[in-house]
Amino acid sequence: MAEGHSPLAQFEIKRLIPMQIGDIDVSFTNSSMMMITTVIVVSSFLILGMRRSALIPGRWQSIVELSYIFIANLLKDTVGSAGRPYFPFIFSTFMFVLVGNLLGMMPYGFTFTSHIVVTFTMALFVFLGVTLIAIFKHKMHFFTLFMPPGVPMYMAPLLIPIEIISYLSRPISLSVRLFANMLAGHTLLKVFAGFIIALGAAGIAPWFFVVALTGLEIVIAFLQAFVFTILTCLYLNDALHLH
Amino acid sequence: MINKNKHSELNDLGARLNKARKEPNDPTRHEKDINNEKGGALSLAFRVGVELISAVAIGTAIGWGLDNWLGTRPWLMLVFIILGGAAGVINVYRLASGFGYAPGYRKDNDDAGTHSDSGGD
Repeated sequence: MAEGHSPLAQFEIKRLIPMQIGDIDVSFTNSSMMMITTVIVVSSFLILGMRRSALIPGRWQSIVELSYIFIANLLKDTVGSAGRPYFPFIFSTFMFVLVGNLLGMMPYGFTFTSHIVVTFTMALFVFLGVTLIAIFKHKMHFFTLFMPPGVPMYMAPLLIPIEIISYLSRPISLSVRLFANMLAGHTLLKVFAGFIIALGAAGIAPWFFVVALTGLEIVIAFLQAFVFTILTCLYLNDALHLH
Repeated sequence: MINKNKHSELNDLGARLNKARKEPNDPTRHEKDINNEKGGALSLAFRVGVELISAVAIGTAIGWGLDNWLGTRPWLMLVFIILGGAAGVINVYRLASGFGYAPGYRKDNDDAGTHSDSGGD
């Protein structure tokens, strides 16, 4: 019983369909389940919302169009028109993270963005993709990134490793921000929810707090999806418009 | 009559939409938006912490890997922890001084304006 009430029990990975390929455990877990649910929810939200595509949109279609325009403007403001080919990727990333965060707020839900494996994998793909784009676009010129012009030659042995480390730390700072926010928020929510029962009649105070915190968590779900997206855009901008 | 009204209403809406669409191209907007996103001292502080620590972690990992490869344990790790610390400070410096996320030593805004100009429909 004690384990079930731990504030961290919500992050536990459960194997729903155990699977094994060689030595690698590829079980279908509750995390995979939530990711598939997220993809289905996002797809049906967008496809069903646009099925009538009326000239004067209804409520649902308005939301779909707003989310499209929101990301399109974000991309235009940060990257410019050169970023347009990458819009599908940016938009998918945003919707996936956002709906993943929001579905995690459901009772009995599971927040896959609260696991660093998930966020780091996403950040790694963004990082590799952006680096490859930069290399293909600028060829050898890309490597001047690590040795800016105007730096004296004798500084190179010191500067180049530092610049490389600085560049490699990007996916970490990108993923840790999303993961830590989700993890901390959900843990806090659970801890305070535990106080409600423990305090009996006085539990009304933490109950109000949990209500407020739930609202804050929903804001954070939006904010972190937005931050993840805008950072992806900024990295893309760096790759396309090399200094 | 209703139809006619609707038509002029739509035209009006179209004109307003076009006007609204042109506004985001204002180059001053770009900077303001980015700054708003950064807003909130707490999130800035959190970012500074993450930037500092992640660079040190990467430095340590590189040093450890090189040590294992070259068999020079523990010297390269010690060197790379310090380099990682330096990279972390550079990251934070760039974050704080408005260089954006780009490596390099030029201000981000130098050419940002020209890019957003070309982003018309």
